[in-house]
Amino acid sequence: MALNGIAIFKLTPKKNCKECGCPTCMAFSMKVAQGAMTIDQCPHMSEDALATLSEASAPPMKTIKAGVKPFADNKNDSDKEYSLGGETVLFRHEKTFVNKTRYASTVCTCMDDAAVDARLASVSAIDYDRIGDRMYVEFVAVDCAEGTAPEKYAELVKKADAAGRSLILNVKDEACAKAAFDVCKDKKPILNAADASNYEAMSKLASDAGVVLGVSGASVDELYDTVAALEKLGNKNLILDLGTESVKSAFENAVLIRRAALKDSDRTFGYPSIVNVGKLASGDAHMQAALAALFTMKYGSIVIVEEMSYAMALPLYGLRQNLYTDPQKAPRIEPGIYPINGADENSVCLTTVDFALTYFLVSGELERSGVPCNLLISDAGGLSVLTSWAAGKFSSGSIAKYIQEFDIENKIKNRTLVIPGKVAVLKGDLESKLPGWNIVVGPTEAVQLVKFLKDMHNA
Amino acid sequence: MPFTKKLQKFNATIRTVELGTGEKAVKLGGGSTFPFYTFDGPTANPAKIGIEISDMGLENEPDCIKAFYEGCGSVAEIAKKAASFEGVDFVVLKLEGGDPNGADKPVEELVNVAKEVSEAIDLPLVVEGCKNVQKDAELLSKVAEALQGKNVLLLSAREEDYKNIAAAAGLAYDQLIGAESAVDINLAKQLNVLIKQLGVDLGKVVMNVGSAAAGYGFDYVISTMDRVRAAALGQADDSLLMPVITPVSSETWTVKEASASEEDAPGWGPVEERGIDMEVETAVACLTCGSDAVILKHPTSIATVSKMIQALS
Repeated sequence: MALNGIAIFKLTPKKNCKECGCPTCMAFSMKVAQGAMTIDQCPHMSEDALATLSEASAPPMKTIKAGVKPFADNKNDSDKEYSLGGETVLFRHEKTFVNKTRYASTVCTCMDDAAVDARLASVSAIDYDRIGDRMYVEFVAVDCAEGTAPEKYAELVKKADAAGRSLILNVKDEACAKAAFDVCKDKKPILNAADASNYEAMSKLASDAGVVLGVSGASVDELYDTVAALEKLGNKNLILDLGTESVKSAFENAVLIRRAALKDSDRTFGYPSIVNVGKLASGDAHMQAALAALFTMKYGSIVIVEEMSYAMALPLYGLRQNLYTDPQKAPRIEPGIYPINGADENSVCLTTVDFALTYFLVSGELERSGVPCNLLISDAGGLSVLTSWAAGKFSSGSIAKYIQEFDIENKIKNRTLVIPGKVAVLKGDLESKLPGWNIVVGPTEAVQLVKFLKDMHNA
Repeated sequence: MPFTKKLQKFNATIRTVELGTGEKAVKLGGGSTFPFYTFDGPTANPAKIGIEISDMGLENEPDCIKAFYEGCGSVAEIAKKAASFEGVDFVVLKLEGGDPNGADKPVEELVNVAKEVSEAIDLPLVVEGCKNVQKDAELLSKVAEALQGKNVLLLSAREEDYKNIAAAAGLAYDQLIGAESAVDINLAKQLNVLIKQLGVDLGKVVMNVGSAAAGYGFDYVISTMDRVRAAALGQADDSLLMPVITPVSSETWTVKEASASEEDAPGWGPVEERGIDMEVETAVACLTCGSDAVILKHPTSIATVSKMIQALS
């Protein structure tokens, strides 16, 4: 049963002490109601209140923590480990998805040293910024081929660990798992090892080390029974492997498990998932890209590929970024100067609003034009050009203020400023507010920018 | 206690729209589950893939696409070649040369190209306009007239020009209509209602509810399509029960991830691979939220997405 924020707020101490990390008790209550935080994160909750709330507010799907982050995801991120699962809805328009899909590349004891080194180098190579988020391969999956000696597996795990990412240990052999723990257990790896045949031993191993246990099953029913058995043993620090039998069965498992947890409140399946598309489409990088997108859209908490390349990562990380935005809040771009096509202080300036969609359309067309230019983005409330203009958030005053606040006149020598054609009306006002600037009215649609800029550049 | 598999049953079914004629005709839509949820009930027609070609030939294509059409001298030859690639269900001819701000080719010339292409292939044909409202109103109406009996799909009728295009295609010449709206469920619905009010049979309408490249405002595409499918099936909303077609290649090949040269983006690897993965991943994401057909360009992307659709059907 989900509680609303007001009901939770009534039971909080209402001290606004901020110790939970939220500015007010109300804010904390709202987060609990959304399932983004748990009630025990408030240090001042009374026993009675806790008892009342913990059952009712327990999220349908647990948030499982694993790994050690090498760096923050973005400037608002202070988590030291990865949060997986914890979702409350099946579709993003219902409520924001909270814990984004994480990705892993694979190394295996069946690969030779050179191949392992090359794979690990490819993992470190992917590291870039996309609209404020740091994009990288969060995990390395270390596969243990059948019959591998424990010391050989441990050696590979050690090598993989040196790449500075978190680890997923894909291993079925207890001795190998133990050997791996000796070299990496303080890094909180995921032990993806349990199935119906070995879950007792593996659960003990994972619990003793305090790490997340991955569970798989020959069928969704077997998986369910094994999870139930593990919960009986007291282990609720789990992640569910969607299996490698076929693409169809892995997708079916992904949907059935998530739906059982969120729609039918079946807590046995209330765990995040892991899916190995490297195994589902071994050797076919494009198919792995397709499946990585599929399982990012539908319910994979961790997606393992053989090798994450830039080709695969660029659309995938963009897709993830879009999928996990707040559907009720327009995505915005940080105000600032965005140089395009190697622009410098002598390049022409264009301005538009900070609405992310507008920015992407405009910057895409500017890039296509090949003309070096500076795109000036001011705070326009995250609205489209006409809407922000109508709301008074994109006006001659706001643009002039931005030019001053960002010290544009000292940073850029060029004095030509192109404004969107839809706000041509601002031209006169801007000319008087920005003496010395040549205000040019640009096209009304972004697609016309290429021609416009080329003509202007050649004129 | 064993796991009880609860299925999600809907009473509504997306309309089946048949595109093309004869043996090679394809059926779009027909499902009564969310995309690829075969466990909930049979999905009638697996999603289809169209290959995009242009009246401008290979002029504006990236090098990696040109390589596949080496030796093709005319648009008809390009169309023939395009139709031969693995996984292609239909051909999409874009008449971008009609754009008054571009090549501004006359309507008659473009209609002739459409006729030649239609005669060169035996796969179903989709004809896309140049996106200029005035030009498309005339152009697509003339194409509809010239290709009578071929059961082609005309992209697109929009709020500004649906009166001409939908009337010509749907009423006068018995073709299929693509209703295009800008990533918003209400706009999509409204346009379908308007088209219905013209007297057009909704069984002849396919929707394009908007598209974007992955990472470029794709959140709107996801939620629009999720909501359209949920409303269509859940509420049996007659004005949203049409199959969805999504142009993907026209969005993905221009973004910098797919187009920046290796010199401009050192470390990103081969530009062709980036173009393919951007197209593949965007297409898969569209199919996952409800596209019954996607339009792609690169033969490798098409083969990959086709293989994935088969694996999930």
